[in-house]
Amino acid sequence: MSTQLATPTGSAPAVPSGLGGGGRSGWGAGSIRPVLIILVLLLIAVGIRQPDFYDPPVLLAFLKRAAPLIILAAGQYFVIVAGDFDLSVGSLVTAEVVIAARLIDGDPAATWPVIVLLLGFGLLIGLVNGLVTTLLQVPSFITTLGMYLVLVGAVYTWTGGSPRGALSEEFRQFGRRGIDGVPVLGQLPYAVLVLAGVAVLAVLAMRSDFGKVLLAVGDNPRAARVTGARTARVRTIAFLASGLAAAVAAILLGGFGGVSFQVGQGLEFTAITAVVLGGVVLGGGRGSVAGAMLGALTLQTLLTLLNLLGVSGALSSAVQGLIILAAVAVGTLRRRT
Amino acid sequence: MSENALRTRLRLPQLDATNGVWPALAVALIIGGTLVALDGGSLFSESSMISLLQRAAGLGIVAVGQTIAILAGSLDLSVAYVISLTSLVAAETMAGSDGMVLPAILAVLAVSAAIGLLNGLLITKVRINAFIATLGVGLLIKGYLEQGYAGPAGSVPTSFQHLGYDRVGPIPLSFLLFAAVAAAVWFTLRSTRYGHHLIATGGDLDVARLSGVRTDLVLIRTHVICSLCAGIAGLYLASRLGAGAPRVGAEGGYDLESIAAVVLGGTVLAGGRGGVTGTVGGVLLLAVIDGVFNQLEVDSFFKQMVRGVVIVAAVAVYALRLRRTSDRRKAAVA
Amino acid sequence: MRRSTPFLLAVCTAVAVGVVGCTSDVPGASPSAGPSGAGTGETSKFFVQADHDNELALRTKSATGPADKPWEQALDPKTVDTAKYKKAGPYHLCFSNAGVGNPWRQVGFKNMQAEVKLHPEIKTFTVADAESKDDKQISDITDLLGKGCDALIVSPNTTATLTPAVEQACAKVPVIVFDRGVNTKCPVTFINPIGGYAFGATGAEFLVEKVKPKGKILALRILPGVDVLEARWGAAKVVFDKSDLDVVGVEFTDGDAAKTKTIVSNYLQRFGDIDGIWMDAGATAVAAAEAFEDAGKPFPAIVGEDQQDFLKMWQDKKLTAIAPTYPTYQWRTPVIAALKILGGEAVASPWKLPQPTITQDNLSQYVQADMPPLHYAMCGCATLPGYPKDWGGK
Repeated sequence: MSTQLATPTGSAPAVPSGLGGGGRSGWGAGSIRPVLIILVLLLIAVGIRQPDFYDPPVLLAFLKRAAPLIILAAGQYFVIVAGDFDLSVGSLVTAEVVIAARLIDGDPAATWPVIVLLLGFGLLIGLVNGLVTTLLQVPSFITTLGMYLVLVGAVYTWTGGSPRGALSEEFRQFGRRGIDGVPVLGQLPYAVLVLAGVAVLAVLAMRSDFGKVLLAVGDNPRAARVTGARTARVRTIAFLASGLAAAVAAILLGGFGGVSFQVGQGLEFTAITAVVLGGVVLGGGRGSVAGAMLGALTLQTLLTLLNLLGVSGALSSAVQGLIILAAVAVGTLRRRT
Repeated sequence: MSENALRTRLRLPQLDATNGVWPALAVALIIGGTLVALDGGSLFSESSMISLLQRAAGLGIVAVGQTIAILAGSLDLSVAYVISLTSLVAAETMAGSDGMVLPAILAVLAVSAAIGLLNGLLITKVRINAFIATLGVGLLIKGYLEQGYAGPAGSVPTSFQHLGYDRVGPIPLSFLLFAAVAAAVWFTLRSTRYGHHLIATGGDLDVARLSGVRTDLVLIRTHVICSLCAGIAGLYLASRLGAGAPRVGAEGGYDLESIAAVVLGGTVLAGGRGGVTGTVGGVLLLAVIDGVFNQLEVDSFFKQMVRGVVIVAAVAVYALRLRRTSDRRKAAVA
Repeated sequence: MRRSTPFLLAVCTAVAVGVVGCTSDVPGASPSAGPSGAGTGETSKFFVQADHDNELALRTKSATGPADKPWEQALDPKTVDTAKYKKAGPYHLCFSNAGVGNPWRQVGFKNMQAEVKLHPEIKTFTVADAESKDDKQISDITDLLGKGCDALIVSPNTTATLTPAVEQACAKVPVIVFDRGVNTKCPVTFINPIGGYAFGATGAEFLVEKVKPKGKILALRILPGVDVLEARWGAAKVVFDKSDLDVVGVEFTDGDAAKTKTIVSNYLQRFGDIDGIWMDAGATAVAAAEAFEDAGKPFPAIVGEDQQDFLKMWQDKKLTAIAPTYPTYQWRTPVIAALKILGGEAVASPWKLPQPTITQDNLSQYVQADMPPLHYAMCGCATLPGYPKDWGGK
């Protein structure tokens, strides 16, 4: 689906080029330069408001909190750049955390088996999303909307409406703690290490043949099929990546905040927003995974800045809306000139 | 290209081609009715029928608007907040006085049309993707609502509450309103130039533009109408609730549910195919599922699972049929 | 045009930040708006002085009724005659529920279902779940009225908007409303614990007592616009405004643990220390306390609620804490009231239930290691059939 959901431009196909994604240089769609500038400006603003923000421990703590969203954005990027959506990630995060709590039930020995299970569950949901979308040809917007409903319903039904059990401290350390006593940095949070790992993998994946085919599929599925690309397989793998990213994000979020039903609420829209903010075009074909992750970082920085400025929760959604519209508008206006 | 030529090119009968939702509705009624009867209740008793139709009305009006947005290859994620906002505009303008009903209605229409215009301009002139544009506008309205309102506000005079509570025989007035809105949009799609241009725009934007359709204008109009529908739903909810409610739209999930109802009705999410009658069927199907589960007192979470499966399954069946048709066409050509 | 993009972006961001800057002195928003008072912002229009004073007075009133069954007790009761509703059993009770979308309502609903099981004279118990939708709840009530209910229990989703539907129902059957109220006098009785003002004030008074003068307080709220929660904050605000505490921030958390923790961490960074945390609901109290732990700061004086995860942490980590409650045992009372009304017995109207507070002294009796983390201790459910399994316990 969704070439039609994309902006009604008479789009000239951008040639995917180099470095982990398409069209990285210049200002056009898919470029990461606009998001970089916004990010730098926001970081300067945060620095002015809170001078110690650049102390390594403070900065790392900020990255630790941003890590889950950045990972989700990376996962969502694969799906979006292939021309699809994944609306199920928020509910998947909630489901994973609730499952983890119930299965671990405070038992440290259960930690690793459950982590493996969670990653497997994320892949499974991604697989189902991918197969329904590609084999049954259901638009991914609908597939993942349906999956969202199913997951929310299933998790409530399974737990009788209230999360049970508890996460072990061993499970929670990934989102909460880090390697202590690192020179200069103080504590190096595990979440930041996980984030670094995910980022490297994501960029490598986009540089591989898989990444090139993925971009081609998103840019023009028909042409990609004609040239022999296995579009269905590539798109399904994108969903697998998104499911896996949601599982990793869930492990970090559950570790950071503990068990609740709210943990994943609205994350699907936040992740999509982050990806778009990073210059990735809905409808597929253009944008880099680095941009998507920078978009998530930018969004998190924006929220931090709003908090520092004392903007109340009520108004922050309006400011968020405004900035997203402005950022995307600038990106797309540039595309035409 | 002349209007006539365009019409032939677009193969208009396609408009309401995928109405597989009606058999599905019949099946749901039979199975659901039987299950409820076995449970010792009745799905077709007057009171449960009334509440079923009543529940369909609010979602239905929004979904009709969403239908044309989707038909045009766009979509509107701001409707939920437009509903909340307009319910407040209505109730606060009326402030309990009969004389203010008409001004309030006009105010609601003006506000919702303005939001639709904004959506349309962002999408066509600023060229922001519809998903992001309407999500952003929705966030703006949400921020305004949360900042400005600490709960239900305003009040609706009794005279206006008739819209939400009166019935003509077993049929609620609000359902007739839904039917009227659906009929008006159906007629517009079928018999006006704008309607044909809309289908063309949704079918293939570039082709439509090359054929001389002013696609920007079509999309802007479409978003204005879509927002107006949300505004009308806001009016209905204000009359139903007796006050304006800042969270009624978001809590009702009208954004995603309206999209679900539209695709359930066979309208293709990519645009250009489908129609209002399908959406009416989709809304009724959702309402019947709701009604059956309500009668059976099944856990609402389980119901959500069933809904998810039904929506995906329905769209999969449509996709399959669409493929078969096109295969057959290809075979015929060969 | 090409070169002007950085400029354009800069302007956009500057404008956006400017907008942010301009609005930072919005009421209730600014933590740094020192001169305007205690930093608690404007009084909500939901604040009703008379109700506030009334609730605060009720806290010290003693209740009538069986001492070990607080759900049957009533504070300061004025009874109404219900002879006209007298009817022979067995009964068909109906319940229009606003929803079961959070653990508090889950626990409560289980209490109610178990209470129904205690009474064989209730032949049928029909429930309609409105899934937090006002519109659906109105239809649900109409729907239920068509099913021959002998009495209707309503837990409204929103106060103002359910009024017309409840009035319609009153004309046909005796109606019992609980938790949130409606703007009409027609129900036979309205049952709830003392209420939000008492809840909010109890927590705030605790902080005034425990935190040193000029100490920094962070107030965490779930979301604006819910009357019960507005009342809690309204009363806390009155207490803080009178005190010499410094409320450095009032933030909305959406009830999300990760968001709560982030907000608290940010405040710890900005202010170095926070001496007290006030919360309008305790679901995220553990996350708030953990933020201190992770930052290596001493725990503040903290206001939570009667959820097990918080009580357990309080006991394990020896917090300075208090847990005002909005007891879920109130879900038992409507069933009891309905049966009294159908039996022609007089009932209290309004029926105000006691609202106990968990303090250091009675903490140990409410910590139940075998119950799920989000279970509410004040459920009055330990003697009900199906306990603890139906509530998720072991």
